[in-house]
Amino acid sequence: MSQAQDIDIDDADGVIESVSGPVVVATDLGARMNDVVYVGDEGLMGEVIEIEGNLTTIQVYEETSAVSPGEPVLNTGEPLSVDLGPGMLDTIYDGVQRPLDVLEEQMGAFLDRGVDAPGIDLEKEWEFTPEVAVGDELEAGDVVGTVPETESIDHKVMVPPDFAGGEVESVEEGSFTVTEAVVTLDSGEEITMRQEWPVRKSRPTVDKQTPTTPLVSGQRILDGLFPLAKGGTAAIPGPFGSGKTVTQQSLAKFADADIVVYIGCGERGNEMTEVIEDFPELPDPQTGNPLMSRTCLIANTSNMPVAARESCVYTGITIAEHYRDMGYDVALMADSTSRWAEAMREISSRLEEMPGEEGYPAYLAARLSGFYERAGYFENMNGTEGSISVIGAVSPPGGDFSEPVTQNTLRIVKTFWALDADLAERRHFPAINWNESYSLYREQLDPWFVDNIDDDWADTRQWAVDTLDEEGELQEIVQLVGKDALPEDQQLTLEVARYLREAWLQQNAFHDEDRYCPPEKTFLMLTAIKTFNDEGFEALDAGVPVPEITSVEAAPKLNRMGTASDYEEYIADLKEELTAQLRDLY
Amino acid sequence: MKEFKTITEISGPLVFVETEEPIGYDEMVEIETPNGDVRRGQVLESTSDFVAVQVFEGTSGIDRQSSVRFLGETLKMPVTEDLLGRVLDGSGRPIDGGPEIVPDERRDIVGAAINPTAREYPEEFIQTGVSSIDGMNTLVRGQKLPIFSASGLPHNDLALQVARQATVPEDVAEDGEGESEFAVVFGAMGITAEEANEFMDDFERTGALERSVVFTNLADDPAVERTVTPRMALTTAEYLAFDKGYHVLVILTDMTNYCEALREIGAAREEVPGRRGYPGYMYTDLATIYERAGRIEGREGSVTQIPILTMPGDDDTHPIPDLTGYITEGQIMMDRDLNSQGYQPPVNVLPSLSRLMDDGIGEGLTRSDHAGVSDQLYAAYAEGEDLRDLVNIVGREALDERDNRYLDFAERFEKEFVDQGFHTDRSIEDTLDVAWDLLSMFPKSELNRVDEEEIEKYYEEDESETVEATAD
Ligand SMILES: Nc1ncnc2c1ncn2[C@@H]1O[C@H](COP(=O)(O)OP(=O)(O)OP(=O)(O)O)[C@@H](O)[C@H]1O
Ligand SMILES: [Mg+2]
Repeated sequence: MSQAQDIDIDDADGVIESVSGPVVVATDLGARMNDVVYVGDEGLMGEVIEIEGNLTTIQVYEETSAVSPGEPVLNTGEPLSVDLGPGMLDTIYDGVQRPLDVLEEQMGAFLDRGVDAPGIDLEKEWEFTPEVAVGDELEAGDVVGTVPETESIDHKVMVPPDFAGGEVESVEEGSFTVTEAVVTLDSGEEITMRQEWPVRKSRPTVDKQTPTTPLVSGQRILDGLFPLAKGGTAAIPGPFGSGKTVTQQSLAKFADADIVVYIGCGERGNEMTEVIEDFPELPDPQTGNPLMSRTCLIANTSNMPVAARESCVYTGITIAEHYRDMGYDVALMADSTSRWAEAMREISSRLEEMPGEEGYPAYLAARLSGFYERAGYFENMNGTEGSISVIGAVSPPGGDFSEPVTQNTLRIVKTFWALDADLAERRHFPAINWNESYSLYREQLDPWFVDNIDDDWADTRQWAVDTLDEEGELQEIVQLVGKDALPEDQQLTLEVARYLREAWLQQNAFHDEDRYCPPEKTFLMLTAIKTFNDEGFEALDAGVPVPEITSVEAAPKLNRMGTASDYEEYIADLKEELTAQLRDLY
Repeated sequence: MKEFKTITEISGPLVFVETEEPIGYDEMVEIETPNGDVRRGQVLESTSDFVAVQVFEGTSGIDRQSSVRFLGETLKMPVTEDLLGRVLDGSGRPIDGGPEIVPDERRDIVGAAINPTAREYPEEFIQTGVSSIDGMNTLVRGQKLPIFSASGLPHNDLALQVARQATVPEDVAEDGEGESEFAVVFGAMGITAEEANEFMDDFERTGALERSVVFTNLADDPAVERTVTPRMALTTAEYLAFDKGYHVLVILTDMTNYCEALREIGAAREEVPGRRGYPGYMYTDLATIYERAGRIEGREGSVTQIPILTMPGDDDTHPIPDLTGYITEGQIMMDRDLNSQGYQPPVNVLPSLSRLMDDGIGEGLTRSDHAGVSDQLYAAYAEGEDLRDLVNIVGREALDERDNRYLDFAERFEKEFVDQGFHTDRSIEDTLDVAWDLLSMFPKSELNRVDEEEIEKYYEEDESETVEATAD
């Protein structure tokens, strides 16, 4: 059931039997699993989550204070669905796709309850340009025309996946609302700009393919060491304050996706406000248009009803799938999947279900994998290709990765960006631990970087990985005997590794230049450090002592490559200076 | 009003009542014992034939003959500007012998969530006069920034220092906001009478009481009442901020006692416990408290929260600090070692954080070098701290000149920057000047977090020469 539809109350209505927080039990309700119902005199929206004999258990998406037994429950007979159509971008929704700005107009600054609003504006007219003609044969999924949804995105109007299809009988062109038919088929089916889809069911595709293109993130440590594929999955676990949200937001800002769906799932109100305030101002690095014109936000903050938190990730991914069907590359961020899992746990414990590990329901693993399975690089029903990349933040209690949500997530996702409290404490940001993190896409994406960025991409990256590994081992020795006890070449390696960490791996998300680093720059910066390394070792071989090598004047300039405004020139000059100064030493 | 004498079961803080009429979830309840005592409570679960009631003042003395009245409404806080200057108990009833409170309005204490589209992002710098906060963990109006402490540490002194010294520098305050007044709402949950007096004495001495509303649930007051005290306090704070235009600082202490009360109720209801016996919904519950900080577009005032909690066993992975840290916008971490060395306030900046700092500082707000200086201080202190471990093993002689300098820095940083005393009020300029004093121990090339122009402007040349001389 989507709120855009008229409620068709059937006689299968029931009566409240009991109320406990977000869980309401009703009797005599003739509903099916996952049907949407309206609870109590105020008509609070809820969803059927358990049926046992004559008792139907409902999770309510709104506050239930003062609701009492005896009040009615109305059944809509429809599952929880979203409205799909133009107008989803540049919009912020709650967990059940109610536009928050519409809610604010209706009830002011504080979220009241019992107010409904359709997911997309039903009155607004959009300019429809057909791409089919009378007589064309259409199948489910086919594109019938386009609508300029935002500056950046043309919304494709498609035959809904559950339509039979047929021959086009009539086609309109011009301004229409989302509920008016723009194409009719001889099967009698009418195609409008709006579709409805149940959130818990994935939209059909033809095939899932192996991803071979990176989702370029503009973050050095990610693109350089642990790249994510378009259509890939990533988890970013870390204790509080380690940088999950900042990283997710950086991805939402700079990743080279066509569409971004950003889900604030049980997190802070101010973080969503920040996105709402920043994104309309910031340019999309691909198009130069405001970021908001490619973005759909879903905000179910920690203090908003917990049942709607449970559904918000489904609302988000269904919207993502709709744009994927149009052939777009969609990136979806969920911050934080742990809050979603906790919502499941909370509902489950109110149902007195048998708890699994740490009180989470036994179906936790299945729900998580069901969600991440909806990511991928797909061949769509209409022949286009589209992708959904999913990046889930995980908030493990006490920062301990052995807990169920982290562990079950790691079994599914292919990229693991491990945040580290220790790095965050010393303000090494992004605090991604380069020893623990991994990307299983690295090898399959290397060809793309070699073709598009530089022939030496893979080799240079490997050099960086080896140097950092060696540093890790040397540091253990240093902790026992001090740096001075090491042979000279190892001392120099430590110094090079320090530049890798401080100048390359670190990236300040709040610096206007540094926050976005195109892969070309990521590569060039690495080659500059490698120049220092190679020339430094030459000098060492020629008998120059390490302190002289490390204190050449140009070396500290490596640390300013990230923030340099004209990086190409800066790095070219720096390499020359480094070479000259180091060669001067012998 | 519906009245019943049908109690079927009494268990811990819970009373189960058979009812013939439907009762609303969350509704207020009064239970009168045979000897005339009236206890207040709240409906935790309502079914068509029984109701579970949580009793705030404890269930002792209640028997099956007691009569139960359902008041037909949820728990409300009477609000008015006249609350300023008043001292109330943990359920909002005056205990200062003053006149009865004539409310402007009675408000539901379960505050509705602020719509994220209606929020205004907090970015007005609050100068607390404490260097470790202003310089490196800046507080802004509308933020929730807890103090993570432990038993025996002077968190109250720090909270009082902040309450006393907090000001918003004029050029930071938005236009036309000059007249907005400052108020303190203080919510005490399960603290000792002695601690409460410490606060009251300071409020009285400094005249702060006049612009404060004090809610006190002391250690010997009913534990269950602690679950409503912070909500009473925040309902009052929201009213003062968003209806009356005050900039309200809310101090809640001790959130650990609040969480213990939650655990007690959960156990009485025989719920499946989460980590370490605390309820699985504790994150959500705490969020409905902490998220009530903020600013709202088009409204004058603000609610800034400084909750205090004591970490059981000094362990920041314990569920109480852990879940708090996941909700609040940073934390100020008190440190036992620094405290035993006599540093005041004993703030360990490394695990401390203010997430709203980045937008609240810089040109026009504090000073253009602020962000860089802060980052550099963090990096340098972290490096110095690491070296301390090493020095214990290999000795100072085994370290090179660079490392020795970092060790000296860590030492001086604690003595000069952190240890300012509870009665020193430093302006942000003073704080940054102290910082440059310390950073100038390093050669300029080491200061890679600060912009080059800032180094030119603030670096103190002679400082590094003297150090270099001693290091040789
Ligand atoms: N790339 C970065 N550059 C600069 N600062 C950063 C970066 N990443 C994180 N930080 C700093 O760390 C702080 C905490 O980051 P963030 O809010 O993303 O943590 P989190 O992991 O989402 O925490 P929580 O689980 O509590 O939500 C930020 O406010 C910021 O100061
Ligand atoms: Mg976060």
